[in-house]
Amino acid sequence: MNALYIICGTGVFALLAEVFSWKKWINYVSLSGLILATILTILDWRSVSYRFHGMVYYDHVALAFTALILLASIFWFWMSRDYFKGDEHTTDKSALVFFAIAGAMMMISFNNMAMLFLGIEVLSISLYVLAGSDKTNLFSTEASFKYFLMGSFSTGFLLFGIALVYGATGSFSITTISESTSPLISSAITGTQSIPRFYFIGMLLMLVGVAFKISAAPFHLWTPDVYEGSPTPITTFMSTVVKIAAFSVLIKIFSVCFARYAHSLQLLEQGLMVVTFIVANIAAVRQKNLKRMLAFSSVSQVGYLLLAFSSDSQHSSGVLFYYLIAYSVASLLAFAVINLIEIQKGSASIDNLKGLFKNNPLMAVAMTIAMFSLAGIPPLAGFFGKYLVFTLSLSHGFVALTVLAVIASLIGVYYYFAPVVVMSRPSDETLSISKSDRYLLIILIAINLLVGLFPDLVRVI
Amino acid sequence: MLTIALIFVPLIAAVIVLGLPQLLARFFAFFAALVELLISLVVIFHFNKLQGVQFVFDTPWIQSMGINFSVGMDGISLLLVLLTTVLTPGILVTALRDSTKPSSYFSLILLMQSAMIGVFVAQDGFLFYLFWEIALIPIYFICLMWGGENRGRITLKFFIYTLTGSLLMLVAIVYLYYHTPAPHSFALQSLYEAGRSLSLPQQTMVFVGMFLAFAIKMPVFPVHTWQPDTYTTAPLQGTMLLSAIMLKMGIYGVIRWLIPMVPLAVKEWGMTAIIFSVIGIIYASAIALVQKDFKRLIAYSSIAHVGLISAGTLTLTSVGVQGAMIQMISHGVIVFGLFYIVEIISERTKTRELPKLGGIRNVAPLMASCFLVIMLGSVALPLTSGFVGEFLLINSLVQYKLWIGATAGLTIILGAVYMFKTFQKSMSGETNSTTAQVTDLSYHERLVLFPVVFLIVLIGIYPKPLLDISATAVNDLLSVFSHVSASAN
Repeated sequence: MNALYIICGTGVFALLAEVFSWKKWINYVSLSGLILATILTILDWRSVSYRFHGMVYYDHVALAFTALILLASIFWFWMSRDYFKGDEHTTDKSALVFFAIAGAMMMISFNNMAMLFLGIEVLSISLYVLAGSDKTNLFSTEASFKYFLMGSFSTGFLLFGIALVYGATGSFSITTISESTSPLISSAITGTQSIPRFYFIGMLLMLVGVAFKISAAPFHLWTPDVYEGSPTPITTFMSTVVKIAAFSVLIKIFSVCFARYAHSLQLLEQGLMVVTFIVANIAAVRQKNLKRMLAFSSVSQVGYLLLAFSSDSQHSSGVLFYYLIAYSVASLLAFAVINLIEIQKGSASIDNLKGLFKNNPLMAVAMTIAMFSLAGIPPLAGFFGKYLVFTLSLSHGFVALTVLAVIASLIGVYYYFAPVVVMSRPSDETLSISKSDRYLLIILIAINLLVGLFPDLVRVI
Repeated sequence: MLTIALIFVPLIAAVIVLGLPQLLARFFAFFAALVELLISLVVIFHFNKLQGVQFVFDTPWIQSMGINFSVGMDGISLLLVLLTTVLTPGILVTALRDSTKPSSYFSLILLMQSAMIGVFVAQDGFLFYLFWEIALIPIYFICLMWGGENRGRITLKFFIYTLTGSLLMLVAIVYLYYHTPAPHSFALQSLYEAGRSLSLPQQTMVFVGMFLAFAIKMPVFPVHTWQPDTYTTAPLQGTMLLSAIMLKMGIYGVIRWLIPMVPLAVKEWGMTAIIFSVIGIIYASAIALVQKDFKRLIAYSSIAHVGLISAGTLTLTSVGVQGAMIQMISHGVIVFGLFYIVEIISERTKTRELPKLGGIRNVAPLMASCFLVIMLGSVALPLTSGFVGEFLLINSLVQYKLWIGATAGLTIILGAVYMFKTFQKSMSGETNSTTAQVTDLSYHERLVLFPVVFLIVLIGIYPKPLLDISATAVNDLLSVFSHVSASAN
């Protein structure tokens, strides 16, 4: 809880740094802010609390996701040091990143639709700007503009949905909404036995809004362009921190708030999942740009998460948590390598990986482990993530959907292995890597193996 | 503890080798493989032939998913572990003087050894699957990084093929896991009980999933199409690992994880699987007859031999399974020798095309004699190791169904035809311009080939010790099987 103060405070400090010329301190303050916030979150473990008159609610699920976001942010900061170098707008970028993290934390712990909206907007508006932060690059500007248009469109859906639900139940509070939809209480509030029909329309619109945010097909169309155009560090941020936050919104809204209608929503979620699997996997196969490939890959990973969530929305948060850890570690690893390559070679084309096994084995091994983990090859973390998802859906009898997911993951092997094959081709170009990046890659590889070999370590919820 | 040492000595050595400079790395890797061989000999020394699973090590690993790190060896496991530990030093020796291979190559071979031993000793369904998959990763990289033409495409085909199979196997294992009494467990015995309690249609589903995984690994017709390309493209050591040891994982899987697990389905569908295997024998032999590429020819002959092993195993008689055990050892040794000779010839003449070769016997008599003995083993001449296994296997098939036994017996005739033709084309005849420069075996090559020849003859003359090791385990396996099918009827 206090972590939110720390993160907001660090953001404000970054804003003021420009005025008071504290620029040289900014990176140290940012990093220590993140570490302090992580420690505070972990210290809160096993406590349950409402804050701000019930606007936010911290339980072990919220705390675990918050800790995951903060840890991912620490590694993200480590990875994207270069992004904050140079004279232009360093402080602005830092401030925006911290506000985005604060928004993500609100999205995880909200207990009120107003708070949810606030969190999503704080996160999104910061990201619209950050996506366009590479001002001289036309693609970055395009990405920013596209992200803004699509994002505000989806927020419109979400807001309309919230309004309709509010109209039906008379409340923004998650607790009240979930209680008011049980027959007895609803009759007491609205005076009728039945819930007004627009309540369900509101629910549907909120699903569309959230589907935009987690980029599930067919609402994923912004993803490839935005991922490709944005500066790589921002792409990484979107595919890790933002994705985790968006998924925890999905969990909270559809397994807590609309728990009573989980059954009727199941079919819709499964529909989204099937479309996501088909579209993302087919599109990913032909990609030649690594960032674009990973954009489709992140869409296809949403398919697995949706499979777990739709199978059992009440009890899947533990599986989703593990899957998101595995996914984030692998994404950070892959994007760290791509970032290094992009800085030195100018683009993230897959051909730039040529000869990496010979010229820079560590980067090649890191990329391989990231790709293998995303593809779900044992004993890496991604494998256990998929394993948990498949067993969960099998134990609820969704055999056909599981088979579809298995086929999707076999197609996944094809495109995740493409970079590995390219890396084995000969080439004379050399790539250098700084000591700090070397440690970063080694630590991320170690985490991936550790989480993969001992899944019980992180299965806290 | 010895089992743990068998798994982790190569694994730790693989990590150390990565950090060593090239020359030191290869000798250290070889040394580690020798230590491993020594450990396996100690195991044999302490092994009690009359008992079932021994050298057990069992500790909880992932408790929330019911997974134990549970390993142990009975006679069946031990024979295959022995095959692995004997052949790995040999494989490493063949690469010792190849300066194009960096430390990571040797590290991958050791990693591979560790994973394969893990497959042979795992007593937990999940652990078995895990080692099964891990074994795929080093061999993928060995073929991808150091393979021949078109390796990107071919290795990916190989990987996706085998991964499809293993995913099906995983689904089958998980399906059984959910049929174990709560709290669910992946322990071998619990899975056995769960599998046997299923009805025939359920058992059939499990059978299909698992048998496909094993059939792809062996490979059995019609899922063999990855094999010739992969064997031909892979570097020598990769081919050896794949053909001499890795394909035995498939047969081992049938013996340990399929037959006792779903006996009803095996009985019901065994005939179909045997017929596919026998079709594979004829089909692969026919292709081998017209094959011009030396390495590819051996690859196809391997499909034929494996088809016979798989058919014999599925007769569910102790003769058949014992024949499979001894033939796995024999095939491992023989195919190791054959691929090495192909490599020696192609290295010296720069070609693997049989029509371009000829008359090597005149310039390299020692190589020709070694090839002759290994080839005789391959065509199952009496007093060679190949004879013992093929005799038992065909014997079991004849008892099963005469016409199947007779058809499968064609493998010996066809095998003799294509192997002798190969010998004629390469070794005898006039020495031509391509083969004139061929030198005889170097000291270092003799170090590998002489033991191979020695083993082929030794096992051929006196197979009893090997048969004794697996006898108790095989009988246990089949007695449980007959008991179960009797009570189920």
